[in-house]
Amino acid sequence: MTAAEPNVDTVDTSEVAKFEAMAAEWWDPTGKFKPLHLMNPCRLDYITRQIAGEFDRDLSQPKPFAGLRLLDIGCGGGLLSEPMTRLGATVVGADAAAGNIPVARIHAEQSGLEIDYRHTTAEALAEAGEQFDVVLNMEVVEHVADPLAYLTACRQLLKPRGLHICSTLNRNPKSFAMAIVGAEYVMRWLPKGTHDWRKFITPDELYKLLSEAGLQPVDRKGFVFNPVSWQWRISDRDLSVNYVTASIKPA
Amino acid sequence: MTYDSDILIVGGGLNGPALALPLAQKGFTVTVIDALPEKARKNAAFDGRAYAMALASVRLLDRIGIWSEVVDHAQPMNQIKASDGRAGEGPAPFFLQFDSAEIEEGPMGQMLEDRYLRRAFLEAMGKEKNITQIEDRVTAQEADASGITVTLESGKTLRTRLLVGCDGRESGTAQRAGIKRTGWDYGQTALVCAIAHEKPHHGIAHQFFMPPGPLAILPLPGNVSSIVWSETHANAAAINALPDAEYMEVLRPRFGDFLGEISLKGKRFAYPLKLTVANSFVADRLALIGDAAHGMHPIAGQGLNAGLRDVAALVDVIDHARQRGEDFASALVLARYQEWRRFDTHILALATDATNKLFSNDNPLLRAVRDIGMGAVGAMPGLRRTFLREAAGLTGELPELMR
Repeated sequence: MTAAEPNVDTVDTSEVAKFEAMAAEWWDPTGKFKPLHLMNPCRLDYITRQIAGEFDRDLSQPKPFAGLRLLDIGCGGGLLSEPMTRLGATVVGADAAAGNIPVARIHAEQSGLEIDYRHTTAEALAEAGEQFDVVLNMEVVEHVADPLAYLTACRQLLKPRGLHICSTLNRNPKSFAMAIVGAEYVMRWLPKGTHDWRKFITPDELYKLLSEAGLQPVDRKGFVFNPVSWQWRISDRDLSVNYVTASIKPA
Repeated sequence: MTYDSDILIVGGGLNGPALALPLAQKGFTVTVIDALPEKARKNAAFDGRAYAMALASVRLLDRIGIWSEVVDHAQPMNQIKASDGRAGEGPAPFFLQFDSAEIEEGPMGQMLEDRYLRRAFLEAMGKEKNITQIEDRVTAQEADASGITVTLESGKTLRTRLLVGCDGRESGTAQRAGIKRTGWDYGQTALVCAIAHEKPHHGIAHQFFMPPGPLAILPLPGNVSSIVWSETHANAAAINALPDAEYMEVLRPRFGDFLGEISLKGKRFAYPLKLTVANSFVADRLALIGDAAHGMHPIAGQGLNAGLRDVAALVDVIDHARQRGEDFASALVLARYQEWRRFDTHILALATDATNKLFSNDNPLLRAVRDIGMGAVGAMPGLRRTFLREAAGLTGELPELMR
């Protein structure tokens, strides 16, 4: 935590213009982050249903997540933080990349949303004693050096009976073909080197890691891309490439 | 950042209210703007205009609480008979018969007069607390990052998250957004009126494909049918200029005598048949539905049915987006509506165009091909069921309100 946090209020106007352009890029459905936008409805469907189920909320009502404190780790431009705020949750968006924070802030302001974006890490937040009802940990664990230490910090961040949602990539020949060769080389959806296939985690390994970190895994589903409909969907059985888990911190 | 309403709908005809009601019922605040005073829209007398509502459209009306208000005025269509014929000759030997007994969903459609549907919509909107109706005209609109501001003729401005244009084939909403249209003329005009007849129609709809254009005879309650009679522009203009008695003289040989003596009931209408499709169904903070998106040839009563499909798809897309916490009027979300509807629209536009071109022809060879084709389709129950389900609007990916 050495980089100073850029403050939007005090940076000069050329900087603001740069951040505005970056925010526009993050949120452009046809731009650089297109693969994330393509996947986002599917991720949001899973997240919202899990939260609604765990905390007994009705998604057809306005602000169904009111009163819930939620942490979005690796928030990026705010693709998950903004929807969660709209649904009524009090959101902290954390990103280890300092550059994402002012970008996310600018977009939230344009959208009329109040979100507490911070340049920090899960470990630092846990150390500071922060507590949440929900921790979103989407496509982060495959990038960290010590997954067990990281997941332990996630558990510490949760209140008892709190919900932890964690998605990542499976490790098998198919995921190598799809996530590395397909996404990075063929489709060029992601910059080459985005993912290190050796750090991918199988669903059984993740369940084991979650348990070792003191969490109780309760659900796992696949995110499957259909190249014909060009859409992602949630699958009960196909966890072969992208998948997501829900776990609970025991009371 | 405040909004006067979540969604602002321009056009209070049929698709506008059909969209306003389910959105309001789901908790969105909706403003509906129409220049025509509500009274004029509500107190229409019988004028002969009627809709062939597909089963999927009836389902939508049922879901939004409208069907129970109009069901007593509706005529179920139990059968559709399509045949190839030439004026004065009666139907050709092969003809295609669609029977609702072949699909399990009940009658394949319902005939309903325009005035009952309009009245039911207006009454339901009046009772809905989330709907505000304004009698005014939009003169300008400007989208920004979080919404769109609309200026009215009265000088008033309204800010909303999403603007929906339901303002017909010459949609001002589309024009102001710079959306261009692609269109073509079928070279035909549809003559529309209601006909009283001696014998009961037994809920059977007929479509005669004749060289100048198709004649559809659609059953209304009692011994009355609505007709859609297509002729070349020149023929139609000449026929339309005739007094009622002579108009009927021209119609009689085309109509045939299978329903006994026929007479004119109500007003006569003439609509030039032109297809006009908006080059985009969406723009920043804006969506087009119904004729504003695609003005279609009403060869099988598909205009309103297609509009209601837009309604159901748009409600699905924005309600799901809201439940996920997405900005429901963002480009990301509206693109899903456009993708969903453009595909269906193009298929339908191409299909109605091709059907019409194939049948509006007196080439003897084509006529033979048609007759054989119809006999073949009639002989294959599987293919016939496919046609039937298509006509009932039950194919393609169905939105929630139509399932």
